[in-house]
Amino acid sequence: MVLMSYAKAACAALAEAMERDERVVVLGEDLGRGGIFSQYAGLQERFGAFRVIDTPISEATIMGAAVGMALAGLRPLVELRLTDFALCALDEIVNQAAKIRFMLDGQGRVPLVVRMPMGIWSASAAQHSQSLEAWFAHTPGLVVVAPATPADNYALLQAAIHCDDPVIYLEHKELWGERGEVDRDRHTKLGCARVVRPGRDITLVTWSKMVGLSLLAAQAVEQEGLSVELIDLMTIWPWDRQTVLASAARTGRLLVVHESVQAGGFGAEIAATVAENLGIPVVRLGAPRILVGYSPPLEREARISVEDIMAKLRGFGNRPAVEKR
Amino acid sequence: MITIEQHLALYRIMARIRAFEEAAEQASLGGVAVFGAVAAAGGAQVRGPLHLSTGQEAVAAGVCFWLEPDDYITSTHRGHGHTLAKGTEVNAMMAELFGRATGSNGGKGGSMHIADPRMGVLGANGIVAAGIPIAVGAAHAIKIQDGNQIVACFFGDGAINRGPFLEGLNWAKVYHLPVLFVCEDNQYAATTRSALMTGGRGVGARAKSIGIDAITVDGNDVIEVAHAAKEMTSRIRAKQGPQFLHAITYRLKGHVSVDQAGYRDPEERELALLRDPLGVAEAQMTRQGIDCTSLEAIRALAAAEIAAALAVAQAAPYPKPEEAYCQVQDCGAGSWY
Repeated sequence: MVLMSYAKAACAALAEAMERDERVVVLGEDLGRGGIFSQYAGLQERFGAFRVIDTPISEATIMGAAVGMALAGLRPLVELRLTDFALCALDEIVNQAAKIRFMLDGQGRVPLVVRMPMGIWSASAAQHSQSLEAWFAHTPGLVVVAPATPADNYALLQAAIHCDDPVIYLEHKELWGERGEVDRDRHTKLGCARVVRPGRDITLVTWSKMVGLSLLAAQAVEQEGLSVELIDLMTIWPWDRQTVLASAARTGRLLVVHESVQAGGFGAEIAATVAENLGIPVVRLGAPRILVGYSPPLEREARISVEDIMAKLRGFGNRPAVEKR
Repeated sequence: MITIEQHLALYRIMARIRAFEEAAEQASLGGVAVFGAVAAAGGAQVRGPLHLSTGQEAVAAGVCFWLEPDDYITSTHRGHGHTLAKGTEVNAMMAELFGRATGSNGGKGGSMHIADPRMGVLGANGIVAAGIPIAVGAAHAIKIQDGNQIVACFFGDGAINRGPFLEGLNWAKVYHLPVLFVCEDNQYAATTRSALMTGGRGVGARAKSIGIDAITVDGNDVIEVAHAAKEMTSRIRAKQGPQFLHAITYRLKGHVSVDQAGYRDPEERELALLRDPLGVAEAQMTRQGIDCTSLEAIRALAAAEIAAALAVAQAAPYPKPEEAYCQVQDCGAGSWY
């Protein structure tokens, strides 16, 4: 076990993958200086500018070139800086990377990882703060991953690089400095959720930065007699419905929390699946369908707080579970 | 110099493309309801939009002539000619148009997505200019892998007004990549005359502004295209960086096969027919002493090959419905809801 930051853990995972497999190359802006969040620190010095490629600000071509590289036998990891900037490369992600394997009937494949840090951070306003995991989960052909801890960022990035499908890899910008123990021998499969803490009364499903906030909320309501089972989904698509359904069947109540806009969010998919299968009460908590404002009072309206999560949990506590098995 | 044997070989490729396009066109009538056309009650054998390269054969033939099997191409929605000239088997191409399991893409792609990675065909593309970044990426991979292949990147005159054109050319220049950009300028972007929608001094000037050597040729003269492409591909193989070929040609058909192209002056098309690339090549070769009968024989052979491809496609089975769930993704396969 090594104590590492979320950024450092990803950097270590990538370095190991590059060490193991020379087909792994990285391309994106500012990589030679370690990337804007230092998540690539030292990689160009170690692996050279041929494999850690500094690029122009050309998101469409960064992404499209990665598709071409993948078709020609490499395993590129693409840095798109922010989810918001990745929107300049939507054709290359959605029409090309996600579809080429199918359209070519498997004669060509595009194993690649697209890193596009997500989430509200540092008073960065509407075009630097979005969480769009639901968009990508809606696109057949893509895998969508959102790690919450340094340990998971280490293990999931390795798994993503190893995956033969295009993987949208969403790190949260407010987690880069988070430190935690990383087990370098741990291997994780994509598509598996993690039970962060067991509980009896309510199943709380969440991902990314909301895992930490949900844990605080769960601990706080514990003192009020509510036992919350917290699940970190980790992979948004394919999501681990088995773990979620098993937990929800036991607790009889489900709360899904995400930082992204609630309307049309991925929480709705999970809630609907649980309701269809178990017929238990489901509640969602996501951001209002507003834009992220710059000024602190405006930004606060778009954020989910520990108190917001506690309020939803308490509201649940007052309602009986329909069917508690 | 292009020898007479090479000229005949180029003509053979053009004749095969022409025969393929004409057969596909016939099989597509009634296949899609656009431009006021009505879809046939029972549908057509070739369904959906079919973008024909009739009249543009010299560009595909003249460029691909200098490519090795392991060189790559990226193509466009109007890409049958490029793919055929690069060496993809016509039976597989025709079966793909017919949506059959034996098609080049198992019926999953259709006309706009024909690909054949074993022959270096990384794919036609339904999105204008989308092949450009993919081409520079493949060229970048060649450089990283220290390979000797090159990439020919075909796109139309409409593509030069999309962002990936600028980004991709700049990328190829910055990394000094082995790419031949081929702007197959058929003068129409869908139903709009490109000149009306394109500022500045034209296609070549845009490439030159990025520092890429560019030449403009008569894209209906296969000798001119082949000559330029030969020169440019050897420069690329000599690691001299990206090159840009602007081939001016003419789209003899509408945007898609059912488009009657009533928006253009009939006289314009009549004049273009006088410069039909097959006719131009025939005149050139006749002047050099090739007799008409040997050219006719080439055309007859091409027609027979395509007729056979049609019969094979018609007889081939459709893909099984469960194929819709195959080759989507590995991680999450089975989670369709």
